[in-house]
Amino acid sequence: MTTDISLIRNFSIVAHIDHGKSTLADRLIQMTGGLDVREMKEQVLDSMDIERERGITIKAQTVRLHYAAKDGRDYVLNLIDTPGHVDFAYEVSRSLHACEGSLLVVDASQGVEAQTLANVYQAIDANHEIVPVLNKVDLPAADPARVRQQIEEVIGLDASEAVEISAKTGLGVDKVLEAIVTRLPAPKGDLNAPLRAMLVDSWYDSYLGVVVLVRVIDGVIRKGQKVRMMATGAAYELDRVGVFTPKLVQTGELGPGEIGFVTASIKQVADTNVGDTITDDRHPCAKALPGFRPAQPVVFCGLFPVDANDFDDLRAAMAKLRLNDASFSFEMETSAALGFGFRCGFLGLLHLEIIQERLSREFDLDLIATAPSVVYEIRLTDGTELKLHNPADLPDPVKIDHIREPWIKATILTPDEYLGAVLKLCQDRRGIQTNLTYVGSRAMAEYQLPLNEVVFDFYDRLKSATKGYASFDYQLADHREGDLVKLSILVNGEPVDALSMLVHRSAAETRGRVMCEKLKELIPQHLFKIPIQAAIGGRVVARETISALRKDVTAKCYGGDATRKRKLLEKQKAGKKRMRQFGKVEIPQEAFIQALKMSE
Amino acid sequence: MANLASGRANGLFGIYVHWPFCAAKCPYCDFNSHVRQGGIDEAYFRDAYLQELAHFASLTPGRTVQSIFFGGGTPSLMEPRTTEAILDAIAGHWTIAADAEITLEANPTSVEAERFRGYRQAGVNRVSLGVQSLREEPLKRLGRLHSVTEARLAVGIAQSIFERMSFDLIYARPEQTLKDWQSELQEAIGMGSEHLSLYQLTIEQGTRYFDLFNQGKLLMPDADLSADLYRLTQDLTEAAGLSAYEISNHARAGEESRHNLLYWRYGEYVGIGAGAHGRLLIDGVRHATATERLPEKWAEQVAAKGSGLVTDDRLTWEEESDEFLVMGLRLREGIDPKRYETLSGHVLQQKQIDELRALGFVEYLRNGNLRVTPEGWPVLDAVVADLAT
Repeated sequence: MTTDISLIRNFSIVAHIDHGKSTLADRLIQMTGGLDVREMKEQVLDSMDIERERGITIKAQTVRLHYAAKDGRDYVLNLIDTPGHVDFAYEVSRSLHACEGSLLVVDASQGVEAQTLANVYQAIDANHEIVPVLNKVDLPAADPARVRQQIEEVIGLDASEAVEISAKTGLGVDKVLEAIVTRLPAPKGDLNAPLRAMLVDSWYDSYLGVVVLVRVIDGVIRKGQKVRMMATGAAYELDRVGVFTPKLVQTGELGPGEIGFVTASIKQVADTNVGDTITDDRHPCAKALPGFRPAQPVVFCGLFPVDANDFDDLRAAMAKLRLNDASFSFEMETSAALGFGFRCGFLGLLHLEIIQERLSREFDLDLIATAPSVVYEIRLTDGTELKLHNPADLPDPVKIDHIREPWIKATILTPDEYLGAVLKLCQDRRGIQTNLTYVGSRAMAEYQLPLNEVVFDFYDRLKSATKGYASFDYQLADHREGDLVKLSILVNGEPVDALSMLVHRSAAETRGRVMCEKLKELIPQHLFKIPIQAAIGGRVVARETISALRKDVTAKCYGGDATRKRKLLEKQKAGKKRMRQFGKVEIPQEAFIQALKMSE
Repeated sequence: MANLASGRANGLFGIYVHWPFCAAKCPYCDFNSHVRQGGIDEAYFRDAYLQELAHFASLTPGRTVQSIFFGGGTPSLMEPRTTEAILDAIAGHWTIAADAEITLEANPTSVEAERFRGYRQAGVNRVSLGVQSLREEPLKRLGRLHSVTEARLAVGIAQSIFERMSFDLIYARPEQTLKDWQSELQEAIGMGSEHLSLYQLTIEQGTRYFDLFNQGKLLMPDADLSADLYRLTQDLTEAAGLSAYEISNHARAGEESRHNLLYWRYGEYVGIGAGAHGRLLIDGVRHATATERLPEKWAEQVAAKGSGLVTDDRLTWEEESDEFLVMGLRLREGIDPKRYETLSGHVLQQKQIDELRALGFVEYLRNGNLRVTPEGWPVLDAVVADLAT
């Protein structure tokens, strides 16, 4: 039996990190009896360690709540917990499109943050009805009146009926449930039309295989039904159909407006595309749902094992991660400096960080990551277009007509006293200011920025310039032509491929100088002097020299104690094994890691 | 014999006797030395030395002793008759070569100088004096108990009593300038010793200097100044006919310390006394030995087990050839690459040798030996690491 569509409410929660999204979700689950207290684990929905630690959601999750409303009717509330970060903007937009409304949760003492804005605008784009919720009103620093005003001024939402709650204590949460029922619309859909469902997300479960999260628009999806994925054309017979309460419950079918899961013999997550339309194989719907696009990596970097023997393990680990994360891509790459490794594509910097962290934490791998690079579009003089993922692969400049680089729209919120530093940082990074307003005592700067200026050390710089008080969010905007040049680093006359990068001509000299200075500190003295140069084409723009070692000898030896000398030699030999040979120069791996960090 | 058949022996054999007691602990010294305020029962320790000698003699039958070295600690705190008893015991266990070098380290205080004749009578034919400096202030800072005058007198007495002698100086001291060292070294050369050990001060873990250095209270010369000091030392000694035959050791031709050479040439040596090291070939395998460092504990163990051995490692070929390289490349005469091959089972990497030759840091001698050049000596540790990799 499918659920009466008028009794369904589908909603998501929009919030900045730490403003209480997960706590509220837990409270809603608890109050509607989805889990008893004993079963409640802190923040049920974020199930990966990294998600829980960082307080972010990577995979969309869903939970069906049964709520007996004050009007005497039993409602089905479907909460979709959306990925909370711009790197997953597309995934977020699909999750939002699966709902009709959102709760906008704002910390009543912190107020609106950059991320709140980015997410709420997406909810507005998805035509959501939005219920503002002020959380943590029980804290002494809470100032609901001020935050209410902020929501109205900055976002332009009517906050007069904002629900004041404390998700932690449960205060006011009943009013949230009532608001969901009374203020959010029921979904619309045709029970008798051919099946049309949106693939919201999917993940790999070791017991169930690939689990696909779906939102049914029209028709019914049933166990045993043969369905077709419209983008890939692949057809599958469904093994299981059900919902999460958050416990998995098989219902056998899902009707219009319902959100749940299906499983079939789908081998890998990569076979499912977020945003794809699922229809009946024999009676397909006429038109796929709008808004589908395949996942596109925007940030690339090379990942190399510190120990070359770990290469196969790294490959296996990446394949395993990709099972559950189709947006992460990798292909083999060799670097003269770093040996065998992989060129990897990510949805953004956070995504990159998460994957790197999971590789080292879950698979115990020591990795060297090269400087992140964005995807450049290159037009050659003969008219061909190509996409460049690795600066080392830049074609001969004489063959290049022009290079286009991705730009972003960035929103930065900062306490007033740091505004000067923030503006300077954006200016230094070729930013174009599009708006500057005040949100209470905080400034909101909107900028257009080249993504390649952001992937370096923008976050770190922003954090240190504002003592961590600024919040930052961005969206990809477009590709624009830029005066970009390849900066090569030469150590003792040999180019070090892993350190080459594409930078704007105006920044090349500075960046080259910083790199040379860093390497001078990081490469140990040798028996000969080592020039370190940064060059654009054949022109050297910065240079440092590591002087030759002048003194390195043990003066005295105690009564024939050769052991001590041998141990010293053994230590030196072991140290050399951790070096990468570069021409005659040995560069410690730590030097690559440190040099590529870029931030001082 | 297995040792000769294995090709690992080179016929050199010596005995090191460690006397682990000092009147005071010097702040730079990390050698195994102990201060015993109430004095020690010397007869008790003498018996332990004799017993341990017997133990090592049983492991190394048939050797001819070419050198004996009493080091410390401060062996000149030892009664000459103890020295004599030890030398007699050695003569009883092994053959002592007619021209054997028998050295005793001594501090140049007046008290100790009075014993020199006794040591000579016991059989010692060479002394090595720990002068360390010819300047009063540095002597005090180094924690030495003698004055410059005493040191000069002791050198004179030693020269009149022993056929051969040497003395040590420590340079590259805190705040020392090139000019200071030039005049001090010239005075030292002028004192007429045929052998000089000139060590750059190094900061060793576990010493008072180490703590001071880490607290920023010792202004040590930087790498450049220390390289310049080293260069100056080479120039001055060479001009005086006392060129270096090893990194820190200088001698007129023929006056080199045979005991030192035995170490650097990677011969066999027995080490007795608390905290002494040895290298012995037993059944074709080189053993690295070390004894208990604490004197009382060492003596107890000798009484109980016949020796104070706490370490007896059978070296792998790689360890053995590493030691051969580390030791041998300290010598002006260099190493015989063929012996390296015999010990390690492989040849030195020609590519590394060629790169180092191109830099002027190593060279081949006419006899086929490979040596580190005078330019390479100041960076010897790095050169050896390159060759050994």
